Amino acid sequence: MDILFVLVPLSLILVALAVIVFLWMSENGQFEDLDGPAHQILMDDDGAVQARRGDKPVI
Amino acid sequence: METTLTYNYAVVRQFALMSVVWGIVGMLVGVYIAAELIWPDLSFQLPWLSYGRLRPLHTNAVIFAFGGSALFATSYYVVQRTCQVRLFSDGLAAFTFWGWQAVIVAAAITLPLGITTSKEYAELEWPIDILITLVWVAHAIVFFGTIVKRKVPHIYVANWFFGAYILTVAILHLVNSAAVPVSLWKSYSVYAGVQDAMVQWWYGHNAVGFILTAGFLGMMYYFIPKQAGRPVYSYRLSVVHFWSLIFTYMWAGPHHLQYTALPDWTQSLGMVFSLILLAPSWGGMINGIMTLSGAWHKLRTDPILKFLVVSLSFYGMATFEGPMMSIKTVNALSHYTDWNIGHVHSGALGWVAMISIGSLYYLVPRLFGREEMHSVKLITAHFWVTTIGIVLYISSMWIAGVMQGLMWRAVNADGTLTYSFVESVKATYPYYAIRLLGGVIVLSGMFLMAYNVWKTIAGQRPVPALIPSAVARA
Repeated sequence: MDILFVLVPLSLILVALAVIVFLWMSENGQFEDLDGPAHQILMDDDGAVQARRGDKPVI
Repeated sequence: METTLTYNYAVVRQFALMSVVWGIVGMLVGVYIAAELIWPDLSFQLPWLSYGRLRPLHTNAVIFAFGGSALFATSYYVVQRTCQVRLFSDGLAAFTFWGWQAVIVAAAITLPLGITTSKEYAELEWPIDILITLVWVAHAIVFFGTIVKRKVPHIYVANWFFGAYILTVAILHLVNSAAVPVSLWKSYSVYAGVQDAMVQWWYGHNAVGFILTAGFLGMMYYFIPKQAGRPVYSYRLSVVHFWSLIFTYMWAGPHHLQYTALPDWTQSLGMVFSLILLAPSWGGMINGIMTLSGAWHKLRTDPILKFLVVSLSFYGMATFEGPMMSIKTVNALSHYTDWNIGHVHSGALGWVAMISIGSLYYLVPRLFGREEMHSVKLITAHFWVTTIGIVLYISSMWIAGVMQGLMWRAVNADGTLTYSFVESVKATYPYYAIRLLGGVIVLSGMFLMAYNVWKTIAGQRPVPALIPSAVARA
């Protein structure tokens, strides 16, 4: 099962990368506010944009 | 109009529409091969219509063409809306669309011709694999480039799921598809024997985990709150959900190889990791469903929400069933039976297809300048048709699978087998018929969707979508 000498280190490297990204993002304050972002996407009004006279059809 | 003031909806529109088209194609092939299992003569003795060649076409079409296109569409939409910035590169985004469609067409030609690596879910030969790699690198550049130039400091949790899916698929694809070409359409894997099997299912299960789970969880964390008009139940839990999934997913693959030549400890390791996975999976499911707490009444009238929430119930069911089937004693009964087919479809139809369909119904009117879909009643009809079809499909396969497992292991007092293999095939006959019926019903729902989408977009003249914050600054 030599392949485990590839797959196990690869998994460990990926986990290490995930740890680094997590710590880096924590330092950056990505996880400071864990309530606001949930509301923020709801404030973004992505409702329909109506076509105006003279607009060229895109499809 | 200045492109810095608008979102790139064009590529989202293209992927969204092709997702519907490939959904129909993929499920149609599925229905055809389900019929072949009942009436083998349906192959008409033609090699390219035989079950063995069409089955990978079905799986590739539904996973990578239908699911893949839905993931491209939603990831491009979500990353733009939550970062409030246009996609990093319109050219590269267009390349991902045309490149991905070329991969799909190449698959639809080569697989029936019998050109295959014979690696499950990675059947495409090396020239197509190289194209996939190029498209995927472009996809990663577009997605992460957009994150980097975002105008919102926080990266919304859905983007984390999409990002993990994009990165992991790149690694899985590169490791598993490593091959030595001997001619234009033939290559040999660089791994052999049980090593190859281990890499294959390391790939196979992580593909399930990162394409069919993480990617679609990205959809879930955006479209359920948006459609319900409520913030996700616990944003904190969603962040915990993401990181716990990332840290525990990688080693569940060996559960596909229980009782094979794989070392015993590796099989047990795969089982343990599969059992651990129940925790993050159910955490995420509960988080999604509880988003509706206090707004349950919306489920009564909103069929899009029905699609999204019922998909989570199927997700919870499949992620309970999966770890259970990975337990060695259960696996001794379930392995190689149609129970697996039932399990896969409760995930693929119940979770993946339903969350994609719900998300597409949310997207299509917005992309084409309409308030809502042409007919909400047709969405409701589609929802019920899909649900009934899936329940018929998975319950018939459960019964068939358990029956097959019990028949195969039954021994007489003198130690001989009670049933020959063909007797178990014969006993499965009626369940194959029920499965076909379920598949036909699900497919008919897709035609309702195609009609509804067509009526929604026909004659529409979508205009460039303004980025509110950018316009305010300008």
